[in-house]
Amino acid sequence: MKKTLLTICAAVALLAFVPFLAFETAAAKPAVINVYNWGQYISDGSDGLLDVNAAFTEATGIEVNYSTYESNESLYTKLKTGGSSYDVIIPSDYMIARLISEGMLQKLNYDNIPNYASIGESFKNTLYDPNNEYSVPYFWGTVGIIYNTRYVDTVTSWDALWDERYSGKILMFDNPRDAFAAAELALGIDVNTEDESDLRAAAELLAAQKPLVQSYVMDQVFDQMERAEAWIAPYYAGDFITMHRENPDLAFCFPEEGFNLYIDAMCIPTSSTNKEAAEAYINFMCSFEAAAANAAYTGYGSPVNGVAESLELTEYERGIAYPSDEILSKGVAYLTLSKEATQIMDSLWLDVRTDASTTSWVTYAVATAAVVIIAAVYLAYRSNKKRKRAAKRRADADGAR
Amino acid sequence: MSRALKIILIVVLFFLYLPIILLIAGSFNTGTDLAVFKEFTFSNYGALFRDRTLIPLLLNSLIVAVLSSVIATALGTAAALGIRSFGKRFRSAVMTVTNIPMTNPDIVTGVSLSLLFVLGGKLFDRSNVLGFTTLLLAHITFNLPYTILSVMPRVTNMDPSLREAAMDLGCTPVQAFFKVVIHEILPGIVSGLLIAFTMSLDDFVISYFVYGPSFATLPIEIYSYTKKPLPPKIYALFTLLFAMLLAVLIVMNIVSGRADKRPRRSNITQLVFRRKDVEKT
Amino acid sequence: MRVRGLASPYLAWMSIFIILPLCAVVYYAFTDSVTGEFTLRNIVSIGNYWPILIKSIWLALVSSLICLILGYPVALAIARAKQSRQRFLILLVMLPMSMSFLLRTIAWVSLLEDTGIINNILGKFGISPLPLIRNNGAVVLGMVYNYLPYMILPVYTVLSHIDPSLIEAAKDLGCNRTQVFLKVILPLSVSGIISGVSMVFVPAVSTFYISKKLGGSGTTMIGDVIESQFKTAYNPNLGAAISLVLMVMVFICIGLMERFSGSEEREALM
Repeated sequence: MKKTLLTICAAVALLAFVPFLAFETAAAKPAVINVYNWGQYISDGSDGLLDVNAAFTEATGIEVNYSTYESNESLYTKLKTGGSSYDVIIPSDYMIARLISEGMLQKLNYDNIPNYASIGESFKNTLYDPNNEYSVPYFWGTVGIIYNTRYVDTVTSWDALWDERYSGKILMFDNPRDAFAAAELALGIDVNTEDESDLRAAAELLAAQKPLVQSYVMDQVFDQMERAEAWIAPYYAGDFITMHRENPDLAFCFPEEGFNLYIDAMCIPTSSTNKEAAEAYINFMCSFEAAAANAAYTGYGSPVNGVAESLELTEYERGIAYPSDEILSKGVAYLTLSKEATQIMDSLWLDVRTDASTTSWVTYAVATAAVVIIAAVYLAYRSNKKRKRAAKRRADADGAR
Repeated sequence: MSRALKIILIVVLFFLYLPIILLIAGSFNTGTDLAVFKEFTFSNYGALFRDRTLIPLLLNSLIVAVLSSVIATALGTAAALGIRSFGKRFRSAVMTVTNIPMTNPDIVTGVSLSLLFVLGGKLFDRSNVLGFTTLLLAHITFNLPYTILSVMPRVTNMDPSLREAAMDLGCTPVQAFFKVVIHEILPGIVSGLLIAFTMSLDDFVISYFVYGPSFATLPIEIYSYTKKPLPPKIYALFTLLFAMLLAVLIVMNIVSGRADKRPRRSNITQLVFRRKDVEKT
Repeated sequence: MRVRGLASPYLAWMSIFIILPLCAVVYYAFTDSVTGEFTLRNIVSIGNYWPILIKSIWLALVSSLICLILGYPVALAIARAKQSRQRFLILLVMLPMSMSFLLRTIAWVSLLEDTGIINNILGKFGISPLPLIRNNGAVVLGMVYNYLPYMILPVYTVLSHIDPSLIEAAKDLGCNRTQVFLKVILPLSVSGIISGVSMVFVPAVSTFYISKKLGGSGTTMIGDVIESQFKTAYNPNLGAAISLVLMVMVFICIGLMERFSGSEEREALM
């Protein structure tokens, strides 16, 4: 009885296997590209909008393995670590410049990207890609301060993020570039400074902010702000639009000291093995349908001609997603920093993030040492007792004989 | 059993299951916030069945779990049988190394394997080395200690004369192996297989370091949902898996309840120390 | 002998996937990230993270202790239950372990947040939100929750194998229940306790997910530092160095504990 049961189980298991194996081999046949993008940065079919990745597969037959990252730094780390090949990545301007300088991007064949013609002229010949060889713009945007009007007074300056009245309700960027920029703007320093003393001053300001910070976040900011778990956070304008629709108490501020104006663009890393399929993907992203769906879903600024006008935005939202030239004039772009400056910034950032106050670690060390010493003393006592008892038993045994 | 112990047991069980109850409740919630129950609905289950991202990932997790546990059990059983015939010093050295993935923190195992794979990739000049294969290799590696340690006690406790007796009675060595040896150690093999499968299915840390863009598992996907609230269909999936495991648990309980009534010495459901004692005397 | 050959595939596997990766870790730990030469700089710079390491060890110790205090009675309760019930109860305890630990931890976030369930309930009684999350306490809670079954199982295994005749003999010699527990049951269960503590301590000291979800800006743990070296700040050399130190520490602790557990058992049997 048991034997037949076992053989039946084994047969079922093997039979269940076969479709999986078929799945695997079949899935390997059509062309596949690996796309690595920011989180929540593409229209995925919700809200009744176009599922861009699915539409691309339908149009071209190329499958998309879509994965996401949280910051330019983690994208860079993933590429540098090796072991994974991506076909399309969408870094920010300064990161693109860095990747170009390190030879990590492939030159694009713009003949395969005819839709490049519908990209607005102001987004071409940029500082990071002056000859338009390596990238195609995807979204542009601004950074500002999002705050909950119910708990926070009107914000006009970066100083609001250091306001002690909001202690424990402040969120902060979890990537070094944006965090340092916030501190540098608050101090009136150039966001592209490479001067070590400037960077240290910014790091000190960030360290001073740390006790007030609820947590360092990227996309977690959505949930925290929408449900008023936190009250004030610096983040991207497009995401503010999404958050504002969930929680109308939220407001946006373009800080008076200045703010980051950025472009995220699509590139093909050198590790890619499917260049033409990748270029087809980039081309599709520049098509009006895909760009409009993406812009409607994310709220970010589209560089594709005609998209901005086609969107259904309230006047308030349009003022934030597509601000006036007067506001935009205060926007500052990040330039890529030298290797040394990047290293200094990275290590200062790590210090800020992992710093623990000196007094508390002494307590922990003392407590741990106390536990260890008590355990050692106890064990020594036990082994001593054991030795004595063994000796006594031997003595008894001798005496009994 | 004293009243106090019973109370502690119930309190702890409640503590262990509280988040699970919350997640199950969340699966029937129209809202996405676990803390606020808006309306009762089955729509999340409908969304789950129409879903095209979570189900394939679940299949991925299952494929890796099944393959890695089967291969690890096969390798581990063979190893346990072979190790027994080694000299004492070599055997203890092998067992020490075997214990390493088990005693090592998961993050160190994951990091070390990822460094190995990346180095290997650079050596053979392949840029996309991380993927299904590396994931499977990593899972097999951390399953092996459990399978070996499940089978070893049975192997060491096995009476060697049984095999010889079988051969005396006319079995060929191969028949003796399958009819006698495997039968004796089968409980260890099965429990090792189950442990390996469970560990592999829910593994996150090690998978997080060795996966590639072409093949991700469900825990990795859940981790990447940094923007809470999570889509409620995940809670629906969780509830279904939980219900399945609970059903298996209940069925096993009924089956073992029946099996306990039959006095069989090598019954795998025999946790009862006393009965073994009585049979020995 | 033919049987010996059976183990050779595993031996090969072991060398490639257990020993070789550790060599890779050692290699990276002692290599400079920029020049590629031998250096001790990575190991030395761990000194910067000493406070975090101490804090991780301390939080893991506290969690292990709490798991012991909660888990031992539970294991005892199960071991004393009816035979038919024992298997069911122990599997009931183990069941949460096989469900997604990521989701269960996220559920705790919803319970502990300022706008979460517990604070919502307290709010109905007019109590202002308690800071239940993003502090060390929440991290300890998360660790205890996730690793409690790892403590219960080994202790239960050992307790269920205690020869009942030993207990009866102690009772015959005039011990009351407390003395039976302290002098017979507890010493015999020490190996289970040590197993349980090490099975809780090791994952607790190296976790990064629990501190990411339930911790705040001030609860960074050593696991977070290692993870960030490999995922956000590209420095696998430093990450490997910290992993190496962590691994050596864990091995020393476990080795010491194993050494002392054997002697305790022999002691109790006498």
